[in-house]
Amino acid sequence: MMLTDYEITALLLSLKVSGVAVLFSLPAGIACAWVLARLNFPGKALLDSVIHLPLVLPPVVIGYLLLISMGRKGFLGERLYDWFGISFSFNWHGAALAAAIVSFPLMVRAIRQSFEHVDIRLEQAARTLGSSPLKVFFTITLPLTAPGIISGVVLAFARSLGEFGSTITFVSNIPGETRTIPLAMYSFIETPGAESQAGRLCIISIVIALVSLAISQWLTQKAQQRVSTAC
Amino acid sequence: MADTKSPTTGINSMLNIKISKQLGDLALSIDAQLPMRGISAIFGRSGAGKTSLINILGGLSTPDQGKLTLGEESLYDHARQINLAPEKRGIGYVFQEARLFPHYRVRGNLNYGNKDKDPVHFDKVVKLLGLEHLLKRYPNSLSGGEKQRVAIGRALLTRPKMLLMDEPLASLDLPRKRELISYLSNLARNLTIPIIYVSHSLDEILQLAEHMLVLDQGRVIAIGPLQQVWDSEQMRPWLPASEQSSLLDVTVAEVHSHYSMTRVKLNNEISLWVNSILPEQGTKLRVRIHANHISLCLVPPQQTSIRNIIPVKVVQVLEAQGENNVQVKLAIADHYLWANVTRWACDDLRISPGLSLFAQIKGVSMTTSDLAQSH
Repeated sequence: MMLTDYEITALLLSLKVSGVAVLFSLPAGIACAWVLARLNFPGKALLDSVIHLPLVLPPVVIGYLLLISMGRKGFLGERLYDWFGISFSFNWHGAALAAAIVSFPLMVRAIRQSFEHVDIRLEQAARTLGSSPLKVFFTITLPLTAPGIISGVVLAFARSLGEFGSTITFVSNIPGETRTIPLAMYSFIETPGAESQAGRLCIISIVIALVSLAISQWLTQKAQQRVSTAC
Repeated sequence: MADTKSPTTGINSMLNIKISKQLGDLALSIDAQLPMRGISAIFGRSGAGKTSLINILGGLSTPDQGKLTLGEESLYDHARQINLAPEKRGIGYVFQEARLFPHYRVRGNLNYGNKDKDPVHFDKVVKLLGLEHLLKRYPNSLSGGEKQRVAIGRALLTRPKMLLMDEPLASLDLPRKRELISYLSNLARNLTIPIIYVSHSLDEILQLAEHMLVLDQGRVIAIGPLQQVWDSEQMRPWLPASEQSSLLDVTVAEVHSHYSMTRVKLNNEISLWVNSILPEQGTKLRVRIHANHISLCLVPPQQTSIRNIIPVKVVQVLEAQGENNVQVKLAIADHYLWANVTRWACDDLRISPGLSLFAQIKGVSMTTSDLAQSH
């Protein structure tokens, strides 16, 4: 099965949008996961809820909220554009932002669980060996969280690939700019007589999903071997 | 030695502990000085506050009040608001569970806190602990004893100013314990830093420690050189009748010309025969005499199978309520000996403080560290 130019464009765009979404939300995801796993403070439940909100809100609501806040005339988007020249409206940056937001809770959940499983006693031992809390985080805590980070990244990546509702609401369905695989599929389904093209995109989606699952399993296994046995 | 004070050392050359902390129901309140070298054992029941105390020393937990100084360095001082973070204290800590880092190989674990990366020092520690063949392995493939040795090596490679050990043998089976004890006593002779060794095993303490601190319900009930604490009345409740014993510091004098027995001297007048051949004249040893292996006579016994008959003087008679036996504390040279006799015998011989007697000693046993010391 040879891919058409149209399909290749949609596929590459999907990978770009999802990759950028995951890459940029990962540091924040790790930070939020750590805060939720390790700290206790008033308002923690609220933060937890806010992070989880995209998981339960209809995507179209998220798209709408993004549109009014981050659009060119939105209260945040306007300033971002004026000050930094960054615009999220009707371009692939906006698609990545929408994907990052809807996939964020999945990422945080996976990483948070992993932080909760890291043995604090190992961190104490590292402190007695002369490491500052920051060095302990990067040499002990973070490496031991690796399996959780990998699964968080893969979940978020898969969720980003499938993102539809908030993307189409926020940045519309522009070929080559915001038309990712799900949007392209939607366009074909809307077009009479394009069922076979929709079917091809469907198969492409399934293949990507299977490949990313396989990669994640392989990576997780490798990471797990290192950190499995408590010592 | 019980009635001579240990040599008066300046307060600046000791580990000074004067802290208090409320831990749930336990009020930990410690005022103690420990020497700056050799193994000091912290002994007590579980829940007596042993681990809490060394966590405070290591900076893993903060006391409510007081101060801590290691030699001249202040680790914690409530009044001056000093509280060094664990990583600033330069104190090695070996935990009950080795707490190795599973994602580093043994070499990586050893080097984790090794700042100067001095290969000579590294090789020395690796050799001392017998880790040469383990360097490339991951911790999860090591046995309990090997893990503990790596943990000790990891702590030593930070060049600590003090080493804390929290029951490092507790999670090991007996053969591993024996193996590690020999490494530990070897270690103690090679280091010039204080080693604080928490244990609830008198056996381990006997084999390793020179100093001892007994904790009970968060308080120090006895502290001093091992032998002095061992002989003290405070220790009696800890030693079951079968374990009641005394420790004597002796010097090897001679090996018998016909029999494989060795004479060891307490001082110039008093010697004991030990039922084994000991190396090198002049070696200092610690021997243990069980209270059940001593019998008492008013006159020097004649024609007896017992080789060791020593004049002693009764210092104290301890009668435990409801027990058929009486514990008699006897002065012998500068040392004390505890003897277990029946209440009947005690009444018959009219044993009371000040009475001069002859002690027949049936068995003199070695503690392992003595054998190690004699190498």
